[in-house]
Amino acid sequence: MTIFHYDVDADGVATITWDLPGKSMNVLNEDGIRELDAAMDKAIADDAVKGIVITSAKKDFAGGMDLNAISRMAEANPANPAQGIFDGVMALHGLLRKIERNSMDAKTNKGGKPVAWASPGTAAGIGLEIALACHRRIVADNPKAKLGLPEILVGIFPGAGGTTRLVHMMGVMAASPLLLEGKMLAPAKAKSAGTIDEVVPADDLMARAKQWVLNATDADIVKPWDTKGYKMPGGAAYHPAGFQTFVGANAMVHGKTKGVYPAAKAMLSAAYEMTMVPFDTALRIEARWFTNVLMNPSSTAMIRSLFLNKEALEKGAVRPAGVPDQSVKKVGILGAGMMGAGIAYVSAMAGIEVVLIDREQAAADKGKGYSEALLDKGMSRKKVTQEKKDAVLGQITATTDLDALKGCDLIVEAVFEDVGVKAEMTKKVEAIVGAECIFATNTSTLPITELAKASVRADQFIGIHFFSPVDKMLLVEIIKGRETGDRAVAKALDFVRQIRKTPIVVNDARFFYANRCIIPYINEGLRMLHEGVEPALIEGAAKLFGMPLGPLQLNDETSIDLGVKIAKATKAAMGDDYDNAAADEVLFTLFEEGRLGRKSNAGFYEYDEKGKRQDFWSGLDRWANDETNISLEDVKSRLMLIQSLEAVRALEEGVLMDIREGDVGAILGWGFAPWSGGPFSSLDMMGIPAAVALCDRLTETYGDRFACPALMREMAEKGETFYGRFSDQEKAA
Amino acid sequence: MSEAYIYDAVRTPRGKGRKDGTLHEVTASRLSAVVLNELKERNGLDGHAVEDVIWGNATQVKEQGGCLARTAVLQSDLDERIPGLSINRFCASGMEAVNLAANQVKGGAGEAYIAGGVEMMSRVAMGSDGAAVAVDPSVAMKSYFVPQGISADIIATKYGFSRDDCDTFAVESQRRAAEAWADNRFAKSVMTVRDQNGLTMLDRDEYMRPGTDMQSLGGLKPAFKDMGEVMPGFDNVALLKYPELGKVNHVHHAGNSSGIVDGSSGLLIGSKEFGEKYGLKPRARIKATAKIGTDPTIMLTGPVPVTERIFAQTGMTIDDIDLIEVNEAFASVVLLFMDAFGADHAKVNPNGGSIAMGHPLGATGAMIIGTALDELERTGKGTALATLCVASGMGAATIIERV
Repeated sequence: MTIFHYDVDADGVATITWDLPGKSMNVLNEDGIRELDAAMDKAIADDAVKGIVITSAKKDFAGGMDLNAISRMAEANPANPAQGIFDGVMALHGLLRKIERNSMDAKTNKGGKPVAWASPGTAAGIGLEIALACHRRIVADNPKAKLGLPEILVGIFPGAGGTTRLVHMMGVMAASPLLLEGKMLAPAKAKSAGTIDEVVPADDLMARAKQWVLNATDADIVKPWDTKGYKMPGGAAYHPAGFQTFVGANAMVHGKTKGVYPAAKAMLSAAYEMTMVPFDTALRIEARWFTNVLMNPSSTAMIRSLFLNKEALEKGAVRPAGVPDQSVKKVGILGAGMMGAGIAYVSAMAGIEVVLIDREQAAADKGKGYSEALLDKGMSRKKVTQEKKDAVLGQITATTDLDALKGCDLIVEAVFEDVGVKAEMTKKVEAIVGAECIFATNTSTLPITELAKASVRADQFIGIHFFSPVDKMLLVEIIKGRETGDRAVAKALDFVRQIRKTPIVVNDARFFYANRCIIPYINEGLRMLHEGVEPALIEGAAKLFGMPLGPLQLNDETSIDLGVKIAKATKAAMGDDYDNAAADEVLFTLFEEGRLGRKSNAGFYEYDEKGKRQDFWSGLDRWANDETNISLEDVKSRLMLIQSLEAVRALEEGVLMDIREGDVGAILGWGFAPWSGGPFSSLDMMGIPAAVALCDRLTETYGDRFACPALMREMAEKGETFYGRFSDQEKAA
Repeated sequence: MSEAYIYDAVRTPRGKGRKDGTLHEVTASRLSAVVLNELKERNGLDGHAVEDVIWGNATQVKEQGGCLARTAVLQSDLDERIPGLSINRFCASGMEAVNLAANQVKGGAGEAYIAGGVEMMSRVAMGSDGAAVAVDPSVAMKSYFVPQGISADIIATKYGFSRDDCDTFAVESQRRAAEAWADNRFAKSVMTVRDQNGLTMLDRDEYMRPGTDMQSLGGLKPAFKDMGEVMPGFDNVALLKYPELGKVNHVHHAGNSSGIVDGSSGLLIGSKEFGEKYGLKPRARIKATAKIGTDPTIMLTGPVPVTERIFAQTGMTIDDIDLIEVNEAFASVVLLFMDAFGADHAKVNPNGGSIAMGHPLGATGAMIIGTALDELERTGKGTALATLCVASGMGAATIIERV
């Protein structure tokens, strides 16, 4: 199998062209490493070769490392996986160093062959790290091209010299945003950031690269750090400027990562240590910290959930087999309120024709106006062109006329959360649309099976739960009613793929999956407040565990009246089993005081006139209790376990069918501690026996809602983990 | 075990730690030598009279580097057979020098020591020696590093000391220091700093602002608010350790924190036999010494646990102590100490402290032992405790008893 093609032209320029067979995007695997290494050896050994151009036969350069190749590095040394990773990474450093130094004399820096990097498009991760080792980086002016090192977003950091080279090129201060935020930049931006040298018209790419190679002098191809007297830009760690940089960066990274994300800390440690040693030692330091991160269970879990399994779900890991493509061509959206308007926007952005219906034309127009406002915002940030705006708005027909729904292959009903209203719309619309049309209801609380009763085609009726705001939230929860058929599921999944969101598919039960887990989290916060736990401790502990919002702030955001509505409905549905009096007392107190949350500028927190969150409402003092003495650990454990156990119960009850969906859905849906990889990953990380013991302890102290699910007890006895027991699902990824 | 006695204690006046400070033109080793020579002259320390000079300094780079203690001995009139040992326990360096000397004497390792320290804050900037605890991410994050000012504000927040509490304390420190100077209470210890021609340079603490009142302090902006709340956001780190606080209340500023000054101080510590040999009368016995490590983030609570520790060692309680010197690194540090032990403010820092007179880091620990001894003698009392909070989460304490 040839992955890197090698060719020498009449001028003596060797072109090494990356073209991974059978894939639309290059990723680097073991064979690729070997072939690139061999190609470099060949070019170095051949006296006829004056210089080298590394490029790609695909429309982009590369998407990154094959992350499975990294796990195989660990497997290469079963007795000592850390050594396996370290050795594998050092070998990669060796290859990139070969590109950078090739035949150069170590002392005189002469005799090297110029290496230019010519990228037709995107280069991410290792793709850009290869580029950074080259002597000249030239990128085509491809409007879709993005260049960057996004490793941090999946819980690792650039570990093939990307960290070391960026820090040595631009200093810690300038390199930090690229490394710590993982931003992907358009070519022109990458040039001004200093990661690449040139942006040229796509047609001139190879000619320009060869021209540079043939004209490069010895001085052009020596990296500053390989010359005498190299000084770290911005100063090394104990240079006065460097000192300030690190003291500040430490605080910022620590504050931002809450101490739970190992990658940023490791990256910064590598950057610090490498400022005081020669370049090759710096690479070794980077490899040690990179190995350290890869050996951290949090990184493994983050890669698994945020990269591998997220992608697997997006690519249809749970899509019913054998159902042909169900891509949506024309979608009808019923209700142009906040949800409907958001769904219309993301659909139109995906190139789907949209009919946006509301009872009043003004309401329908307002719904379309939402798209216009978002597009205008995009234009003001130069992310959207006038043509794009016109095209997207042209896709949306805002009307009161139900007949316009004719020809729709998907209906998304997003009207008022009321069984009667929804039933009426279902009947009306089904009478108009074709027999093939799938009918989806967007609801967060109403049972799908119940709503499906209004449908004459219950097998084509499905729940799609969008999160608010639709354009920002990454997850879509697809809910199967009892009668929902495979084609409806496939339709929903294909629609979600088109609008570039991540789907999970769950069975119909109260609150489905996400809300089922998040409601107890809020309630646990309210209970603790009722017990007299300091509100700052509740909120702080949640954030220390890695939740984006504490339960009280979350309640302010989702609104107190919604909480009251849910509490009343749940109580009515559960009867005597309902056990939430303490939390409800808190909730109803705020409700009666008219403190409805952010929307009323008053909730658990105070807000200023501009809506900026201030201190806690002093009225919370009524629950203060000097005798309440709870450890930070217990507050954290309660807030974590109350969610995780609900996820396990959802799995036990068959609401959740796949732990991957449970983990990915939790992180994307409600921000469940991303560092942990999700509730199932976090329980695995804790160790199931330890989790069972924690359940038992919390049950005894705080009540039966922490009772250990039978599944976990059984797993503890058998010495199983979730990802071990449900490994079929994992392997399918 | 023999006893260790204080035979003498001297200090320089404290010069403003700025370029316009009177001592700014004096080098660290020269100011140290001034102190060493004063001790030599006052006590007739000819020849190989002491075993060592143990010298505290918190910023051991540039002129304060290269074993400043030895350099100071060589610059002084002391015999060259006396070596010199530089030590660093940040703000307690001077006290640690005294404690180490005392414990060496008690253990029979030498009959006498000169112990003290120096800090030329106007010349060698605080922090200019680097500090991995703040800079190296792997240890800074492990230890939840925040600067001391943030730590002082954490103490204030956690223990409920308001801006007014801290300012009130600062005003009183100024008042007491002014009164002590007016009453000439430092005369025994404070020496005149003279140049190489014998010309007077400084004979009085120059940092003090005797007229300070609540109103003048009220106008000062909290010094650590920006670094806490904005860039780089140290409060976020603090709240990882102390989430129950919700936010940090920034109450400290230049007026209720210790002053940046230049200064040096030295004590002559020796055994009973040493005193007899040199015809010197012991002024006090060093009854006990202690040190401790504490949470590095709140950092400055050390005086409380180290005092508990020294009390446990000696079987003493706060009631056995006639006089207490708690270094006024920040107002909240002393307020916390007084709260923790129910200590009567009248007994604590009766002649003011570092808020009024300044805190030459490496020297202060020795200075406050001397200040306590002078005050015991002046008031005819018996026992004093001196204690300091220390960077990176440490504490040090010494109990002296007049003989």
